[in-house]
Amino acid sequence: MAMEPKSWGRYPRVSGQKAHPVTWTSEPLPMPPEGGSLLPHGLGRSYGDSCLNEGGSLLTTERLDHFLGFDPATGVLRCESGVTLDGILRLVTNQGWFLPATPGTKFVTVGGAIANDVHGKNHVRVGTFGRHLRRFELVRSDGSRRVCSPEENRDWFEATIGGLGLTGLITWAELQLRRVSNPYMHQETIAFSNLEGFLKLTRESLQDFEYTVAWVDSLARGRHLGRGLFHRANHAPPQFSSRAPSPPRLSGLAVPFDFPGLALNRVSVAAFNALHYRMRNQGLMHYEPYFFPLDSVHHWNRIYGSQGFVQFQCVVPPGDVGVAALKEILDRSAHSGMPSFLTVLKTYGDVPSPGWMSFPKAGYSLALDFANRGERTYQLVDELDRLTREVGGRVYPAKDSRMSPESFAAYFPERERFAQYVDPAFSSSFWRRVRGAG
Amino acid sequence: MKKVLVLGATSAIAQATVRLLAARGASLYLVARHSERLEAVAQDARTRGAARVEAEALDLDDFAQHESLVERATAALGGLDGALLAHGVLGDQERAQRSYGETEKVLRTNFLSAVSLLTPLANRFEAQRAGTLVVISSVAGDRGRQSNYVYGASKGALSVFLQGLRNRLAPAGVAVVTVKPGFVDTPMTAAVKKNALFASPEAVARGILRAVDAGQDEVYLPDFWRPIMFLIRSIPERVFKRLKL
Repeated sequence: MAMEPKSWGRYPRVSGQKAHPVTWTSEPLPMPPEGGSLLPHGLGRSYGDSCLNEGGSLLTTERLDHFLGFDPATGVLRCESGVTLDGILRLVTNQGWFLPATPGTKFVTVGGAIANDVHGKNHVRVGTFGRHLRRFELVRSDGSRRVCSPEENRDWFEATIGGLGLTGLITWAELQLRRVSNPYMHQETIAFSNLEGFLKLTRESLQDFEYTVAWVDSLARGRHLGRGLFHRANHAPPQFSSRAPSPPRLSGLAVPFDFPGLALNRVSVAAFNALHYRMRNQGLMHYEPYFFPLDSVHHWNRIYGSQGFVQFQCVVPPGDVGVAALKEILDRSAHSGMPSFLTVLKTYGDVPSPGWMSFPKAGYSLALDFANRGERTYQLVDELDRLTREVGGRVYPAKDSRMSPESFAAYFPERERFAQYVDPAFSSSFWRRVRGAG
Repeated sequence: MKKVLVLGATSAIAQATVRLLAARGASLYLVARHSERLEAVAQDARTRGAARVEAEALDLDDFAQHESLVERATAALGGLDGALLAHGVLGDQERAQRSYGETEKVLRTNFLSAVSLLTPLANRFEAQRAGTLVVISSVAGDRGRQSNYVYGASKGALSVFLQGLRNRLAPAGVAVVTVKPGFVDTPMTAAVKKNALFASPEAVARGILRAVDAGQDEVYLPDFWRPIMFLIRSIPERVFKRLKL
């Protein structure tokens, strides 16, 4: 079948991938062609090359989308790995359940959520997606099948969570959901004038609010460096169930074509940021626009033009070292002349993930989006990668297309142990890139 | 349709329809060949809210089972008011041209097995003076084309059979819905290069239930196929026979 799957950032572009749709969990894996390799591929929402396999095969899981059971009494859900978080939420929210850890898009598969060990704005409280996994089945190219959990095949369980799809194909998984009273969120938005303001709001909010996240004006410099909006929220309590807002209508909005390359320039980003900075509100809202504001505009990645964009997401340590690094990173990008369109700042806690290769760790996480302007953009991102490495931080593989093999080695100390669990027939463009020659 | 027998339940169109019926709280009796795949579809339907789901692994090319299958389904669901026939094969046109065996296989699965199943179903529904028979035919049955006339003939025969059946059952208040999908992105068409004419199984499933709810007799899915097929049927045979379609 002719198909050229891309990643969400559409950089880098790779060619020669062949898609093998996986439709049933009972199917044997196709054997890779001579010299080729396999990689599971869900909805391609990873930004860089971790969901791509140049010259190889992609095991597409769109049709591996059966629910295998849900117990509304305990909140335990079993489903195949191609089921989307959207599908889960649509099934369970009206029955009083919710995903424990929710990333910024609902258009990811359960398999992808495990492989990238995704997290949400409540990482401080609940940790990552992998922490709420009870079991899953892993199928390897040698035909073996393993049910993995904290009790059985624990090493495989821990290697596969955050394992970037390299340990084999996850066919099904069992999750523990969390109770909610209704599908609504109670949220507040507060402006802060610099990074110190962000830290102060963080200290005040973590006790009483489950979800916290900040949007940062990436063009603000000097004494305004790091100014932005702080969003904090909780699931709405039971008393709001009856007088809650009606769920949003599907917008049907879509970006129909690639914007011309210059649509996102310094002026338009500045205008957007200035406007956004003045928005503030509080109140009740449906979970959809709260968690997934960008999902209502399909193909929003097209606003970056056909060259795509490069996202850079890092976590830096808590305390002064991390704050200094945040300032440095924001300063470099503000002075680069290549504005980040959407800059998001979050706090991570120290709830450990079972996954050896899981990205989040205690500290502050900053995500920046740069329209792809070629070499200038790559140099900036490479520089931010180096800065992150110097302070003992880490860059998120799911968002990455640039980290160096040296950085990868520094970020993931368990990589050699992990490499022993990588299926010999599996690989990805990311994996070959960060493994370098060695 | 509250108590529905689904034949070929693991086909992509049937699965998508089963999901919609399950969400409406229907009771379902699912039949397909592969027991493991069938179990996944059954579990999925249960999880999505079906009132009751029974599954039976059966090869529908075994015609001798058809009458008793309808009885088993009726007994298991405590009645039957709907059936969806969604099993079928695309076949291999080139192989069918070389050997009658392949042609017979396609006709057997797509046409004769449907007739064999529809006979007891129609008699039962006629006697209870209620029910809906939904059968997946194809736009390919509207006119024979060199590229797939064996498959087309099996579906064309099926469409004509359904016309007659509808005519016979109308006085009893039994609905017969002929579904004519165009290209659908399913495992059946995995080897076919996709273009803008391809529809998703989910869109086809929504169209099927819309047609059932509206009491339609024959539905093209997506509906742009109705004018396309009108045009294709209107081409004079002396011109058509020279076309490469």
